[in-house]
Amino acid sequence: MTSVLYDVPGPKARRISLLGSVVGIVLIAGLLGFAIYTLAQQGIFEGQRWAVFGLPDVWALIGNGIVATLSAAAVAAVIAFPLGLLLCLLRISEVAWIRVPTRVVLEFLRGMPVVLMMFFVLLVFATNPFVAVVTGLVLYNSAVFAEIIRAGIQSLPKGQREAGLTVGLTSFQSRLIIELPQAIRRMMPSLVAQLVVLLKDTSLGYIVSYEELLRKVQLMADVLGFQFLFPVFFVAAAIYIAINFSVSRLAIGIERRGSKKAAGGVAKAEPAIVEASAK
Amino acid sequence: MDVIIENLPLYWEGFLRTLFLSVVSGVIALAVGTLLAAARVSPIAALRGFSMAYVEVVRNTPLTIAFFFSAIVLPRLGVTFQQFEVAAIIALSAYTAAFVAEAVRSGVNSVPLGQAEAARSIGMKFSQVLSLIVLPQAVRSVVPPLINIMIALVKNSSVAGAFFVLELFGYGRQLANANGDQVLMVLIGVAFFYLLITVPLGIVASTVERKVAIAR
Repeated sequence: MTSVLYDVPGPKARRISLLGSVVGIVLIAGLLGFAIYTLAQQGIFEGQRWAVFGLPDVWALIGNGIVATLSAAAVAAVIAFPLGLLLCLLRISEVAWIRVPTRVVLEFLRGMPVVLMMFFVLLVFATNPFVAVVTGLVLYNSAVFAEIIRAGIQSLPKGQREAGLTVGLTSFQSRLIIELPQAIRRMMPSLVAQLVVLLKDTSLGYIVSYEELLRKVQLMADVLGFQFLFPVFFVAAAIYIAINFSVSRLAIGIERRGSKKAAGGVAKAEPAIVEASAK
Repeated sequence: MDVIIENLPLYWEGFLRTLFLSVVSGVIALAVGTLLAAARVSPIAALRGFSMAYVEVVRNTPLTIAFFFSAIVLPRLGVTFQQFEVAAIIALSAYTAAFVAEAVRSGVNSVPLGQAEAARSIGMKFSQVLSLIVLPQAVRSVVPPLINIMIALVKNSSVAGAFFVLELFGYGRQLANANGDQVLMVLIGVAFFYLLITVPLGIVASTVERKVAIAR
């Protein structure tokens, strides 16, 4: 990898860099080794603790947890996206008494912790936890979607809207037919990135006692005994990270494809100092 | 309304603790995040790899899991603490640092290539190029995203309330349980105090954004 920040390393620099790398790897390996050793001292890696994964019931519980997590995320995403579109259209409306209140609502929703909104719905409307989680996620993420799409519309060349109005479309038609499709396409990477955030935030359901993956794991540890908390927690964390990781990869894939196909590319195409290779 | 006025001292205490958690974690996250970003562009391969792996893993980890980790796993590793605040600060700053690193990195990318080339052509070393030329310009353009990350941090600190730290959300939960009939007012009070931090920060972010946009 060449970089504009430093010269192509000569023999001396290569030696220093190699030395640095070796020291770094040894340090990290040492830390990890220490962590594993300390945990092993406490018997974390004894076979019987991990034997729970031989039980089909444990996997069934984990499976239920994953389904609960994914279904909350899916329902929330499916509702939040169109709502975000609507909010965006209201937010950029040319009529002040529509635009200004929408702006206030959006600022309010974006300034609120998602947990608080979930908790609010749970207590004030006395709903079940699933509805509370989904409502909290929808309220927050539709506001964010609206802002992302608005940024997309603002990044379009002015001529798009002018051309739309010139051929006789109304303001609303121009937004809907000309600008929105382009804006959504441009902002695809940000939208998918927000989807990852939404997926991650389902774990807040743990706090409002929605039985998603983490809560299931906790319940399981309560039943089986505390010594199993560790193994199941690790498995749950790994599953969560794996799911989020694959959605993130999807975002990168879309970004790559988008920058080839979309008219004008996705919103950024400057020469970069660091290559966004693994991103 | 009465329930808010009666419990104003509790709200205030929670507000201060939320502020405390956010400021301390924010400062740590800014420092660690900038270091991670510097490591990400450094000539040493192991540093680059570490920084990349850290950012990738943490960004894909739900905050709740980060809290679980610092509250349950760290004590097992010998990192013990008297108060849960410390666990909360560790979780929040480790989580936020990854986002800071990403923001700073994208700021480094927004500095025109010629800047680094010019610096190198007059004989600067990597550390000089980065600290004297590139980072000062990069930080300038990432102030608005960094403020947005700090807003997210303030909101994220509410998760600490579920892990035995009595901050704004933690007190809100307590008050809501104690005043079952006035839950609405109790939670509106909590919301008000959060907005007291997040809305002004948001306004600062958009003002700075406008200023920077004009300057460029």
